[in-house]
Amino acid sequence: MALTFLRGIQLNPSMLYPSSYFARKHGVLFCCMRSAQTQTATQEKEQPKLKISTQNQSKTVDKILKDYEAVIGIETHVQLSTLTKAFCSCPYNYGSPPNTSVCPVCMGLPGALPVLNSKVIECAVRVGLALNCKLSLSSKFDRKQYFYPDLPKGYQISQFDIPIASGGYLDVDLPVEFGGGHRKFGVTRVHMEEDAGKLLHTDGGSYSQVDLNRAGVPLLEIVSEPDMRTGIEAAEYAAELQRLVRYLGVSNGNMQEGSLRCDVNISVRPIGQLEFGTKVEIKNLNSFSSVSRAIDYEISRQVLLHSQGQVDQIVQETRLWEEGAQKTVTMRKKEGLADYRYFPEPDLPGVTLTEEYVDNIRKSLPEVPEAKRRRYENMGLSMQDVLFLANDMNIAEFFDATIAAGADVKLAANWIMGDIAAYMKNEKVTINEIKLTPQELGELIASIKDGTISGKIGKEILFEVMAKGGTVKGLIKEKDLVQIVDTAEIEKLVDKVIADNPMQLEQYRGGKTKLQGFFAGQVMKESKGKANPKLLNKILLEKLNATS
Amino acid sequence: MLSSVQTPRLLRFPNFQSLSLKCLHTSQSQLTTPLPTSTTPPPPPSQILTIRKSLLSREITAVDLATTFLQRLRHTEPQLKSFLYVSDVVLKEAEEIDRKIANNEELGPLAGVLVGVKDNICTADMPSTAGSKILENYKPPFDATAVGKMKKCGAIVFGKTNMDEFGMGSTTEGSAYQVTANPWDLSRVPGGSSGGSAAAVSARQCMVSLGSDTGGSVRQPASFCGVVGLKPTYGRVSRYGLVAYASSLDVIGCFGSSVADAGILLHAISGHDKFDATSSKREVPDFASQFIARDHLDSKPLKGLRVGLIRETIEDGVDPEVITSIRGAASHLEELGCTVTEVSLPSFSLGLPAYYILASSESSSNLSRYDGIRYGKQVVADELNSLYGESRAGGFGSEVKMRILMGTYALSAGYYDAYYKRAQQVRTLVRENFRAALEENDILISPAAPSAAYRIGEKKNDPLSMYAGDIMTVNVNLAGLPALVLPCGFVDSSSAALPVGVQMIGAAFEEEKLLKVGHIFEQTLQGCSFIPPIVADELAC
Repeated sequence: MALTFLRGIQLNPSMLYPSSYFARKHGVLFCCMRSAQTQTATQEKEQPKLKISTQNQSKTVDKILKDYEAVIGIETHVQLSTLTKAFCSCPYNYGSPPNTSVCPVCMGLPGALPVLNSKVIECAVRVGLALNCKLSLSSKFDRKQYFYPDLPKGYQISQFDIPIASGGYLDVDLPVEFGGGHRKFGVTRVHMEEDAGKLLHTDGGSYSQVDLNRAGVPLLEIVSEPDMRTGIEAAEYAAELQRLVRYLGVSNGNMQEGSLRCDVNISVRPIGQLEFGTKVEIKNLNSFSSVSRAIDYEISRQVLLHSQGQVDQIVQETRLWEEGAQKTVTMRKKEGLADYRYFPEPDLPGVTLTEEYVDNIRKSLPEVPEAKRRRYENMGLSMQDVLFLANDMNIAEFFDATIAAGADVKLAANWIMGDIAAYMKNEKVTINEIKLTPQELGELIASIKDGTISGKIGKEILFEVMAKGGTVKGLIKEKDLVQIVDTAEIEKLVDKVIADNPMQLEQYRGGKTKLQGFFAGQVMKESKGKANPKLLNKILLEKLNATS
Repeated sequence: MLSSVQTPRLLRFPNFQSLSLKCLHTSQSQLTTPLPTSTTPPPPPSQILTIRKSLLSREITAVDLATTFLQRLRHTEPQLKSFLYVSDVVLKEAEEIDRKIANNEELGPLAGVLVGVKDNICTADMPSTAGSKILENYKPPFDATAVGKMKKCGAIVFGKTNMDEFGMGSTTEGSAYQVTANPWDLSRVPGGSSGGSAAAVSARQCMVSLGSDTGGSVRQPASFCGVVGLKPTYGRVSRYGLVAYASSLDVIGCFGSSVADAGILLHAISGHDKFDATSSKREVPDFASQFIARDHLDSKPLKGLRVGLIRETIEDGVDPEVITSIRGAASHLEELGCTVTEVSLPSFSLGLPAYYILASSESSSNLSRYDGIRYGKQVVADELNSLYGESRAGGFGSEVKMRILMGTYALSAGYYDAYYKRAQQVRTLVRENFRAALEENDILISPAAPSAAYRIGEKKNDPLSMYAGDIMTVNVNLAGLPALVLPCGFVDSSSAALPVGVQMIGAAFEEEKLLKVGHIFEQTLQGCSFIPPIVADELAC
């Protein structure tokens, strides 16, 4: 059997892009490009000279940009992390050797039939509810038909006219460094479908191979309303979706592995114009920053064409973001609308949801990022803090647990955003990998607050617990780190330091009061850092200023 | 709303009384002269039950049985060509049955039963080509659920039977490999698309067989070949492993030389399958347990059963001799105690065009997977579109290509509403009409085909006339209902007598009722033997 599905396609990889064919007026295929690169070059040649050199023209472009508005919508594909594929019992693990996770169903063998994995519906309902959508209690699957070697059945099982969820929205808080602000982006629809396989192209380019491991893996397609206006808004919408699916536990949302894929639709129009401009689709966006940069590039490109009176050069097409060159290039031009000949999938019964089923899922939903942010905000945290804590589900969980352990909100936030975040960054670990538990952080904060240890000692203990584990109480005891709050004991230390440094004392009394810091440091050193700083300073001042 | 008045036409039919409980032979000469065999042939026995008895009593071995059938195959196959592949492990599997008998091990209900399997039903380690060049030499890695269930019951897969490519045809001439002949008249077709399965059972090359029925592909060949053909309710039998033609219409069906055999086989393959989301979770009754032996039947064993004769199936355009046979069958049912009335299905004539749109649309999609990439015929090409184009152009036959084109057209943007959607509306109407008719009646009857078997080549260049031949059967698929076809008489052709089948249609999941009626009908139908001349001599001795 192995032989049947590892058969190479005897063709040039460039042929696998339907776009590689350029039809002339009479429909004659005359040109087959050797590779995507050459194709790009040709495309650029066909167009009027258009250079967006950010260095030289950025000022003029910025000026022109003000007169235009971009309209951006995003189509996101979220790969669901179900144990098995959507319509068969094959597992899916990213990176498995080719064609090791396949069966007659996902290979599209004759006679094989799809059977829906009910987890897919559960995930779709969770996401639909979290996106504030209206659910279709009665939906169905449809076949989307097209030929491609990575599509084993010649059609993709998808949902067409009745998506499982529609008409929702997603709340986004823009990062403070980009000006901040709250946005509500509309969600047109959420539907279930299956993923296709992958083509593996050889370097030499004489043939391609098909890997069907990914074929049949469940996806949710989430289509936004064209509500975004800038690259940052779009990137933040995508990032919020990623957070949401992670919070909901339906996907790992990993963009590098393709678990979250964004296709952006973008058009530009002069401000004040009601109708949309010609829209262009951008693919190959592998990170949020590439989403943002690709859109900004594309806005500049389109605005420039507008301003140069070359609007007709903006055509409906799919463009590819080239990370290396930091620009978008033509992938394929659409000649009219593709006809996918959708019709209801006869192999699968309709999808019927009961109110009870939906209610149960609604009840089981975790706190979504938006709710968390609002809650943190109400705790009195700044937006900077709120975003830091809520943006990462694990950090938010850690923070919430620390608060639950009785810690002060602001102090907990500071510790997490300060020393803990720095440690994680240095050691390249996640908050789940450090050995400090939220309970211990709570204990640490409490110990500082009640004066058992000083903040300085607290910091030492923190790093020790993060690296090696153990309890705060245990360490304080073990290392005898309890703060010295006994006045007599501190006085003794102060006396000793003053006696040991007569020269400095003289200078101090001679008016060089800055030396107080020196004395404080010496006393602290003498106490091995354990002296209560407030008490220490009070006593030190008294002694230094005492007129003898 | 439906007429329940018995039409005068039926009552005025000449020789009506003399026909009852006799072979419904319509030829005048046959009616006036005694049948060729002076003794009345016995009703068909259940081969499955007979061999089971013989095996258990050790009168015969499974190997003996297999040898007999293989020998008969050797004699008849050169003329009939009903098989595309004959299993090379039949004797080995028979030996295994004999070993079990010798060891007094438990025997499955189909132990030693030789089953022909239509070539579009997947069998592990045997070619399964669906009669198409595009799947030449393709061997699936798995058994269809129906085949697996049968094997678990002890059945031996005898071979793969010929068919119209992907089930698209009504004569089996659409096979990419060979033309199967009708055992009753070698110059005629066995019907289709399950022509090989029907011919094989008719000529006793195997005991029972599996076919598939999308628009009549089990029932019409059963009628043409004089065997029992059973199309179960959609969802009764798992479609997993059935090479899809039109998924919403396809069902796996059974052929037997007796109603009992078809019922026993159906029981073995029925039931919910977790690999087919459209298979029903309904309980499967033991269809054969309710059969009553002829000697124990009352004089009016079907008293009170309401039978509706579908008026639209006995009108113009239907062979008068076929109509005579069906009216004869109706009167036979009356003799058995049924009340027969004519019913009208107003949507009847709409079913045919709706069927061809829906079936073609689904097939255009189902056949997309034959792209030469993963299995089947692959042409060496240096670019993708030629790879697709040439693999498919060379792999599919002309009828298949035509239906793919029709279906692609019907689903295209701008045409979808006018064709596919409209056909779906007709389908709803057909279903509704049947539902109403089956509220007034227990079963409906009609011919299984408007004529007896065609001559080979007769319809080849006239697809529309071939499509029209499906008028009796397609509506039942649109409604997803069960139907049983059993031989009820003959028409005379110039060269030979050709069998005619009556179709009995029941409400969804009421196969049990159909089989009960069919069994009594068959056991009480006297004077007919539906053993074709090609093997009549051998079987007589």
